[in-house]
Amino acid sequence: MTALISNPPAAPVQGCSERTVLRERGQREVFCGLTGIIWLHRKIQDAFFLIVGSRTCAHLMQSAAGVMIFAEPRFGTAIIEERDLAGLADANEELDRVVERLLERRPDIKLLFLVGSCPSEVIKLDLSRAAERLAQAHAPDVRVLNYSGSGIETTFTEGEDACLAALVPDLPQAEADATPSLLVVGALADVVEDQFARLFAQLGIDDVAFLPARKADAMPAVGPDTRFLLAQPFLTQTAQALARRGATHIPAPFPLGAEGTTAWLKAAADLFGIDAQRFETATAAPAARARKALARYREELAGKRVFFFPDSQLEVPLARFLNGELDMAPIEVGTPYLNKKIVGDDLAALPEDALVSEGQDVDRQLDRCHAARPDITVCGLGLANPLEVEGLTTKWSIELVFTPIQGYEQAGDLAELFARPLVRRTRLEV
Amino acid sequence: MQLTVWTYEGPPHVGAMRVATGMQDMHYVLHAPQGDTYADLLFTMIERRKERPPVTYTTFQARDLGADTAELFQTAAREAYERFAPQAMIVGASCTAELIQDDPGGLARALDLPVPTIPLELPSYSKKENWGAAETFYQIVRHLAGANAPEPDHEPPARDAQARWTCNLLGPTALGFRHRDDIIEVTRLLAEIGVDVNVVAPMGATPADIARLGEADFNVVLYPEIAHVTATWLKRTFRQPMTTVVPIGVGATREFIAEVGEITGIDVAPLLDDERSRLPWYSRSIDSTYLTGKRVFIFGDATHALATARAAEEEMGFKVVGLGTYSREFARDVRAAAKQYGVEALITDDYLDVEEAIMAVQPELVLGTQMERHIAKRLGIGCAVISAPVHVQDYPARYAPQMGFEGANVLFDTWVHPLVMGLEEHLLGMFRDDFEFNDEQGPSHHGHLAARAAIETPAANSNETGVVVAEPVVAADAATNEPGWTEDAEEELKKIPFFVRGKARRNTEKFAVEQGLATITLETLYDAKAHFGR
Repeated sequence: MTALISNPPAAPVQGCSERTVLRERGQREVFCGLTGIIWLHRKIQDAFFLIVGSRTCAHLMQSAAGVMIFAEPRFGTAIIEERDLAGLADANEELDRVVERLLERRPDIKLLFLVGSCPSEVIKLDLSRAAERLAQAHAPDVRVLNYSGSGIETTFTEGEDACLAALVPDLPQAEADATPSLLVVGALADVVEDQFARLFAQLGIDDVAFLPARKADAMPAVGPDTRFLLAQPFLTQTAQALARRGATHIPAPFPLGAEGTTAWLKAAADLFGIDAQRFETATAAPAARARKALARYREELAGKRVFFFPDSQLEVPLARFLNGELDMAPIEVGTPYLNKKIVGDDLAALPEDALVSEGQDVDRQLDRCHAARPDITVCGLGLANPLEVEGLTTKWSIELVFTPIQGYEQAGDLAELFARPLVRRTRLEV
Repeated sequence: MQLTVWTYEGPPHVGAMRVATGMQDMHYVLHAPQGDTYADLLFTMIERRKERPPVTYTTFQARDLGADTAELFQTAAREAYERFAPQAMIVGASCTAELIQDDPGGLARALDLPVPTIPLELPSYSKKENWGAAETFYQIVRHLAGANAPEPDHEPPARDAQARWTCNLLGPTALGFRHRDDIIEVTRLLAEIGVDVNVVAPMGATPADIARLGEADFNVVLYPEIAHVTATWLKRTFRQPMTTVVPIGVGATREFIAEVGEITGIDVAPLLDDERSRLPWYSRSIDSTYLTGKRVFIFGDATHALATARAAEEEMGFKVVGLGTYSREFARDVRAAAKQYGVEALITDDYLDVEEAIMAVQPELVLGTQMERHIAKRLGIGCAVISAPVHVQDYPARYAPQMGFEGANVLFDTWVHPLVMGLEEHLLGMFRDDFEFNDEQGPSHHGHLAARAAIETPAANSNETGVVVAEPVVAADAATNEPGWTEDAEEELKKIPFFVRGKARRNTEKFAVEQGLATITLETLYDAKAHFGR
């Protein structure tokens, strides 16, 4: 499998015009998009995610979710069996039967996602038609949408992207009143969402909504007056779907750390014509708190060399934060997919000697990691313990997705996630 | 299509991974889409293995489907051979690759690698993890040991009467329930009998070790789910006898020793007469009287469920009120055993069925898998884990086998621990009216509210994240035909210790329905008590 170095498209980004990106093809040690269901089903509280897939899909969900704390979670797998492969018509009938039983059992479900998987994609089971059919059968109590979380099409967080992109055509049309409204896009922890809502209110931006909403019937309206900020960097398709509805993207760095959060809020504030004084008043105190929280960790983390294996597409913004706000040195910043339109600001802020790599050949990347011997390696759960055995400190990348890390009040928590593994090593005497 | 919330077994290729990961110098090239690499974390996180599983995935994506996935497979296989230099490789497909029909076996053969390359056919849409492990082990043994098989009519030379007896231990894999410690315990036990271990497989064996399986005198089948097929083939091919008793529990361990004695002709009487386990005495000790007739629900793989049921009844004095397995391949054995205990076997891989069965019999103890541990936790019933599927806590730092005499000690401790201690139970009974010793005070080791929560009011339970989960629960409903309770009967019921109250309520209601009573009075309560009395 050849690794090819290719130049990025001509569009220059400020500061660093020609960054070489290492593009690799080989074994990718990443989750598929189904994994996003683990946080999405907690976020949208009356939605159910029905994976149409194999035993492997069900096993993945169980293994990635870690503990089975919910008796009946709001996700499940319709496992395709041998007889379903015999005839597609039967597979559709089977699916209808499974959905019928599921909805009978769970009358609290208002929104059902049929989630495509590798096997359902390969056998070309048409879930969009199935969703239409089932939507008609169960209207108006339940809406039925579909998206693919298959590994052949999506990497980890791209599952959330596909889910939100599927929601967009279904969002209500915003009234055309020519007053711009703000939409914050990407699943955030409720506590973070509430903090941002308060900050926008203090800035004087009143018409703010979040996608996804916590309830299926509370999804925000969208239209040509909608301006949207991405709260997560992996929402390429969702951003395109919103653009098709006439909404406008507000490019910004991502709200990680004090500076990232300020820049993110500022991008919206500028667009909404908020004056500098008001911005300063609203953000000064929380930004100062965030800087204070970070100062403590900067002592521990400054100068430490960090290596990112690709995982969530959060890698570039995270590397920007670690470098820009904690003085850490990114050696390699691996990302499964690099969308320069979305992470351009963060990418431009990375030091020039940081290698940005896209895609993966895990064995070659491990060779580079071994050679570089970073102080901390951000990687998936399959790689972490074997690297620790070799004396390399690791941080599980999945925790950066499951933990609230965005915004001023979480800046210290985010830094702590990197500091703790390093501190732990210094404490242990055996 | 089968609607599944949680699964007891993964797909068959995960079974193959368990075999490959347990072995040394074996590499598995798996034709699989991006995302299937999640399975690595089972081994590195749950089992805390220090190396990545020896598995190379092709991780094909949608864009590869239009191009050449076969070439992708060959490249991955060749590079895996070059990088890892294994003694042998197994090659196969996961569920998605099975659909695109690239024939990994043929593709690998075409590469003509200088090591044995064993193709696996694991039908993902009809088979599961344990089957996959068994089939993989069988294929590896057939290919590698089969090369040294004698001609069918070959008369083996007579055994050197002076030579020590040798056997193979078959079945332990990566990610097994206590396989790590069972190997040590059974090896020690065999050494005491006078038998040496030739090869342990798959766990710890290299392909070269597999090739010399035929050199042993007989085979010990530790985990029939994984090793039975292979041991049967070895018996046929190398005329190696195989053991049939799985030494879990004191009785089974003694039978196992006797069986080895029979195979080898070694006098095992001294070992059988020697009381090695503390279990028999601890069970006879009067403080264990309270264990008598404890109602226990058992679910797991067939091997562990069967062994557990036997030890629970014969060695702990429990009453088996439920017995089941997800190992359909061994359903017949479990049905037969269940009949012996007077219960109907539950053969299912539907977690919700198991939960329903547990709620219906309201046991005092659940011996199950990690799945049952979650069910029991929600219902506030004590639980100990006896079988895979496993979680990180099933890999204790200490030595904790299930097999042999030390294994029996572990069983005693592990199963008794979740129960209310005997003395504590008496005190709760004696002081139940004391304001400090009322129902709010669960047994000390259960934490404050745990014990009381679910038996009486299981409508909403806290769980470890503090999230309150509403659950569908069987509760008396005035709208149905269930009899109502008078106030004084309800008051009297509250005087019954909380840990048997659920059962008292259920029995009384059942009695009332049987008697055609619309109302449960104080009289009914005591009539029912007399009717159902132990």
